[in-house]
Amino acid sequence: MHVEMKPLLSISDLRVHFPVRAGVMLRQTGAVRAVDGVSLNIAPGETLGLVGESGCGKSTLGKAVVRLLKPTSGSIQFENTDISHLNQGALRPMRRDFQMIFQDPAESLDPRMSVRSIIEEPLIIHGLGTRTERTQQVNELLDKVGLPTSAAERYSFEFSGGQRQRIGIARALALKPKLIVCDEPVSALDVSIQSQILNLLVELQQDFGISYFFIAHDLSVVKHISDRVAVMYLGKIVELAPAETIYRDPRHAYTKALLSAIPSTDPKARHKKILLEGDVPSPIDPPAGSAFGHRIKHPLYQETIGMPLALTEISTGHFVAADPCCLTPEDWEKLKPGNTGHSHENS
Amino acid sequence: MNGDSDNILEVDKLITSFETDRGLLRAVDQVSFSVPKQKTVGIVGESGCGKSVTAMSIIRLLPQPTGKILGGHVHFKGRDLLRASEAEMRNVRGGEIGVIFQEPMAALNPVHRIGRQVSEVLRLHQKISKKDAWDAATEMLDLVRIPAPEKRMMDYPHHLSGGMRQRIVIAIALACRPDLVIADEPTTALDVTVQAQILDLMGRLQSEMGMSIILITHDLGVIAETCDEVVVMYAGRVVERASAVELFANPLHAYTKGLLRSIPTLETPSKSILNTIPGMVASLAEHTHGCRFCQRMGRVDRRTRERPTLAEISPGHWVENCPVCTSK
Repeated sequence: MHVEMKPLLSISDLRVHFPVRAGVMLRQTGAVRAVDGVSLNIAPGETLGLVGESGCGKSTLGKAVVRLLKPTSGSIQFENTDISHLNQGALRPMRRDFQMIFQDPAESLDPRMSVRSIIEEPLIIHGLGTRTERTQQVNELLDKVGLPTSAAERYSFEFSGGQRQRIGIARALALKPKLIVCDEPVSALDVSIQSQILNLLVELQQDFGISYFFIAHDLSVVKHISDRVAVMYLGKIVELAPAETIYRDPRHAYTKALLSAIPSTDPKARHKKILLEGDVPSPIDPPAGSAFGHRIKHPLYQETIGMPLALTEISTGHFVAADPCCLTPEDWEKLKPGNTGHSHENS
Repeated sequence: MNGDSDNILEVDKLITSFETDRGLLRAVDQVSFSVPKQKTVGIVGESGCGKSVTAMSIIRLLPQPTGKILGGHVHFKGRDLLRASEAEMRNVRGGEIGVIFQEPMAALNPVHRIGRQVSEVLRLHQKISKKDAWDAATEMLDLVRIPAPEKRMMDYPHHLSGGMRQRIVIAIALACRPDLVIADEPTTALDVTVQAQILDLMGRLQSEMGMSIILITHDLGVIAETCDEVVVMYAGRVVERASAVELFANPLHAYTKGLLRSIPTLETPSKSILNTIPGMVASLAEHTHGCRFCQRMGRVDRRTRERPTLAEISPGHWVENCPVCTSK
């Protein structure tokens, strides 16, 4: 879909591992493989949605993309620069271009700062504009996110959850970023407020051509806002496709289970769910083979140990992990290593 | 509305207030609904609409000393719980009425083994030996489909995942075979796949044990999936009440319609502008006497100054009859 366009962001084989230490000497005894070999592209003006259950590593991936975390290995190409291993000083001027919105606006806004200082702060840090220009800019930003100018002199705790999220968005917009990582931006909000914020994000994207990396656990929300959707399971992307395709024609067993678990909003259309046993396994010492195959105790699990299980293109723009435990036998025949099929990771 | 044998619970004009710096605020303002035997009634609404306070008023578990029930009746199996003694209430809570809370980690005691916490409720409500209670508790864990229940009885809550913990909380709520279970956002803290497991489990246990359920949630999907009847609350009042099939097919109140339209479903076109409900729920102190949804929408005129009455538009379908909010 965006083949010809040069991506804004290009992540390649990204890994973020956290050491697990134990004993009196705090020796490293293992690692939490929160993000374990992820490759993704985001085009200018595109929204890439990322879904997965808690603990799958989606927030860690989001933080690594804007370098709030240092990745263990892999590269993060933002426009023409690999930002994956830049130090804080070198990153600072680049941070103008990528911003982040957090789940809990109450915790991500300083209660001792007025709304004006919160939104103005990034402008000051980057030395942009005179005092009067900045005042003007804050007023414009408030207007864009649908808050009255009078909000500027108040404090964030005086506002409701939805309004606080608007303040968070205004702060993220202040530097006119090219990419905003949105980490569960609407999950703490009531449905009627949630739709207001989603509409705002869509409008801002149309006005400024911003790219979003939209992380959420709510599949209906992700489907609504995204151009393409990536499904993450235990640190790896298991399926990636245009939003409509992934919902119409999911290929991976985990994606199918996730979609089936969404409650239907029609009491007459209650459907039989694919009920998964158990929970997401621990990313400390993950299963050696197919992680999802292990959870569903698939008979082919043993065979997957040592397989690459790489994300492979099954139809144009639709990638799925080549994993015999998670595909229909027909799809597996097509994607078997050695057969034709273009690997996403190794390209 | 008394003694109807088809209903296990009847809430009649319940009023609950909180003492605050800004005076006495009514969190629940004349709420009435009933729970039929072996059915599930959902209470849905946005945060602060009074849905949890309504449920906690039924079992009289309000924050003290600020929370006060100022009026109404709660008929449960033929007696009024609001006039029962505290000793009677202790028997009702956990005995005849089980409660499932949202946050399983907060509902479980972190320093006691699972076995002790599940058997404790049995020991409190039934005259049985420690050994029998332990065995019954093990059976309960098996009933809520916890693998290797004998082993899990010796675990502490932090050993278990969120979904497993919620199963323990359900086991405790159901241990005494209650007639009614109040589930306050039982799946909100859980992932969708685990939510599907828990909702499926609750449905199966209901058909096995025959209890009624009051399910409090903000998620209309969960309501559509599990409830027989629905109560929609807004700003401390019931604005609409109907069977689930009727409510989703034929919502009458502007608030219900707004809620239903603002959720993106898999069918809504991507990046289309979603329907929104302008403004937000006003704080309790700012509420006026008249139609509160009109207040949110900024429609204050002669017609909306009086409090609308709840009217039965078609059999079993009740709506707060504000002339503006219920017009087509």
